[in-house]
Amino acid sequence: MKRKIITSLIIIGIVIVILILLQNTLGNFKLRILNLAGIYVIFAVSMNLINGFTGQLALGHAGFIAVGAYTYTLLVMDSDLKSMNFFLEPIVPFLSSVHWPFLPAVIMGGLLAGLAGLLIGAPVLRLRGDYLAIATLGFGEIIRTVFTNTQSITNGSLGLKAIPMPKSFLFIEMKNAFTWWVWTAVIITVIFHFLLVSSSYGRALKAIREDEKAAEAMGVNIFKHKVWAMVISSFFAGIGGALLASLMTTIDPLMFRFTLTFNILLIVVLGGMGSISGSVISAVVVTILMEWLRFLDQGFMGLPEIPGLRMVVFSTLLLLVVLFYPRGLMGNEELSWNKITKMFQRFHMQPREVRK
Amino acid sequence: MTLQEFLQNFANGISLGSLYALIAIGYTMVYGILRLINFAHGEMIMVAAYIAFYTVFIFSMPWYISFFIAIIITTIVGILVERLAYKPLRSSPRVTILISAIGVSFFLQNLGIVLFTGRPKAFQVPTLFSQVYTIKGVNIVSLTFFIPTITVVLLILLVYVINNTKIGMAMRAVAKDYDTSSLMGIDVNKIISVTFGIGSALAAIGGIMWSMKFPQLTPTMGLMPGLKCFIAAVLGGIGNITGAVVGGFILGLTEILLVAFLPDLSGYRDAFAFILLILILLVKPTGILGEKIAEKV
Amino acid sequence: MNLLEVKGITMQFGGLKAVANFNLNIDKNEIVGLIGPNGAGKTTCFNVIAGEYVPTQGKVFFEGRDITKSRPDQITKLGIARTFQNIRLFKDLTVLENVLIANHLNLQSNIFSATFRLPWYQKEEKIMYERSLQLLDQLKLTQYKNEKASSLPYGLQRRLEIARALATQPKLLLLDEPAAGMNPQESKELMYLIQELRDKFDLTIFMIEHHMPVIMGVCQRILVLDYGVTIAEGTPKEIQSNERVIAAYLGVEHIA
Repeated sequence: MKRKIITSLIIIGIVIVILILLQNTLGNFKLRILNLAGIYVIFAVSMNLINGFTGQLALGHAGFIAVGAYTYTLLVMDSDLKSMNFFLEPIVPFLSSVHWPFLPAVIMGGLLAGLAGLLIGAPVLRLRGDYLAIATLGFGEIIRTVFTNTQSITNGSLGLKAIPMPKSFLFIEMKNAFTWWVWTAVIITVIFHFLLVSSSYGRALKAIREDEKAAEAMGVNIFKHKVWAMVISSFFAGIGGALLASLMTTIDPLMFRFTLTFNILLIVVLGGMGSISGSVISAVVVTILMEWLRFLDQGFMGLPEIPGLRMVVFSTLLLLVVLFYPRGLMGNEELSWNKITKMFQRFHMQPREVRK
Repeated sequence: MTLQEFLQNFANGISLGSLYALIAIGYTMVYGILRLINFAHGEMIMVAAYIAFYTVFIFSMPWYISFFIAIIITTIVGILVERLAYKPLRSSPRVTILISAIGVSFFLQNLGIVLFTGRPKAFQVPTLFSQVYTIKGVNIVSLTFFIPTITVVLLILLVYVINNTKIGMAMRAVAKDYDTSSLMGIDVNKIISVTFGIGSALAAIGGIMWSMKFPQLTPTMGLMPGLKCFIAAVLGGIGNITGAVVGGFILGLTEILLVAFLPDLSGYRDAFAFILLILILLVKPTGILGEKIAEKV
Repeated sequence: MNLLEVKGITMQFGGLKAVANFNLNIDKNEIVGLIGPNGAGKTTCFNVIAGEYVPTQGKVFFEGRDITKSRPDQITKLGIARTFQNIRLFKDLTVLENVLIANHLNLQSNIFSATFRLPWYQKEEKIMYERSLQLLDQLKLTQYKNEKASSLPYGLQRRLEIARALATQPKLLLLDEPAAGMNPQESKELMYLIQELRDKFDLTIFMIEHHMPVIMGVCQRILVLDYGVTIAEGTPKEIQSNERVIAAYLGVEHIA
């Protein structure tokens, strides 16, 4: 236990040092990708809780992210910004004068997303797995439709523009405050999930994934545990959504299409369903790749621009991984010092007989 | 609402319902055999629509030949999808194969964007299907008659094939008990391919009629109808072909009538199907005609 | 009062009556066996008792309490644990984790106390570990505790299933064909193990079994089911000489 705490502290320390170095050296564009990568880590880790650890294919992540993003935006904008945005139809009175600071607004985004998770999870989590996929996917679409049609709350398809970014981190004004907020959220999310899945509750979730009937026969209240996983997963999705809104500075319902859920699912599958460290690594790599591969869509080396090619590459990648390497990068194992040292030892030792 | 308006909407609802029914059959058949939600099924609509579009537009073929080619190619695509993306995973956890299905759906959509660009294309509706008749003050396009008629004919044909032919019997056997069927010497792989073929062909026919009804093609056009038809299949009782048809009609009619009676809610039209889905799952998860399947413990 | 009381259970699946008017009383510390040809409805009886199915008719009482409509996890909490005919371990988890999960039902701490490792959770977790390790020790599985459950040989998997069921601290243990796939030596060991467990854990045991030596050796009382109907009930001796049983079952299937 002591050793684990020490290793965790060391890792956090390393992350902080890297962040200090990066945010001093990276340009604005690259810093933005770093932030985006952090937000995708939050998305992927939270989706992994319900999909990877609990084994319930839930596809409503984009919907929860939207709830978080809109909640945050509507809370954090001041009345001037709001009246500027809502020029077609004025905003409902009770929202027009609300003006919250950054952190409470983000947390509220998470809480409302968690509530949405409860409302959607309670009816559908009683059902067999594959209905869950379609019902949650549908739920994501419902949220989007609602946001498109409630002009006086969300500004409909016009979206919301000029969302402010935080200028201070923990009451200290600094240049890259937002990066610090994002990566603090990342560290909290990752630690929370690590602790959760290694607790007795986490074991119960894994038991549900392995064999629902057997878990139930061992006294696990399946429904209650699934709902918890769903609520926690959507809470963190909402937090990530709030941060995404802040990063993008503009949001509209089309941002939260199924494509967003698909991208996150891709990250989770690549990293390994049921591996937090896998999700972290995969989120960072995929986010960078997605940005880097933009040249595919924009045309390169004299080739004409081909919109959509990037996503063809990614869906092909997903299919190849699912078909030929279904465990992803990490399977359901975690990266640990033991494993890394073992890997190095393997290079030095005589090849041993493989144990079956 | 006048009687004319009501009749117009009713006719509209019936024709939309038949489209849903036609496409829902593919979902229900595949689910019956593989217990898989074939997410890529909706994309068959798109594939068929674009092939029909290009064969008419570029090669200026007569519409019946172009439609025929579209149906054949879509059928092949459907069979290929199963062979390449589902068959290797048959013994994997259900989640894996479901993810693969989502991957295929996404792949086809984006391939569509690459090949046909995201810009909407206008589908040329043959004059046979676009004549307008006025009956007692109600304007009805000939397509509105064609769609339910074609659906009913295909349905009778399908039911005949399933109940009276050897391949139909094999399909029922595989749906009932996969393992035993293969022990009994039924070529399960062939039957699955046939199922995907039939499902895709029906989706192709549905897709072509869809693009005549809503003559605007985009690479993501299959997504919404696909999801809705799955909902129709669940509504009627998944695994049950008659159920899929019943579900399709109910969904189509209620959707149109909802918009007609409550125009304020028309923006929520797409959400309506999902609300319906969640309600069914809560009240009667087996659907209208579905039987309860007790899981073996 | 009987520990378990099953009153006139009928279980119908569509047109098929899997179990018809099944009655059963089990006293504390008894070992009762349930036999019958394949498809006689034995596992269905288990599933009704364990809460997997709600019977079409009839009621189930456990310690005087009506559990007919309770969920499986609620029934397990009350003190009925089970094993499965076709071993259902948490395959990808370790042996120790399998047993730990069965301790989860007694956990008092909520999900947040657990996640944040609050002191009262840590205390509970420690007790869970100790109890699990002790159980593994008692069932001679300690050396495999960090192996994946699926990597164990068949016989040990069966034993782990029993360990896992015991970890829920049951009063009544339902064993569904515990000797299936075992060789004579293993099933003999199992016989002793079952009796030993009954004494050590103050258990009552209700088991389905095909291996006649096992069932005749350990059970005090046996019920015979055929086509969902109880055709005989009595001591092993009585059953062995019952003509209806011989006709329906022993005559058809070879005695192992």
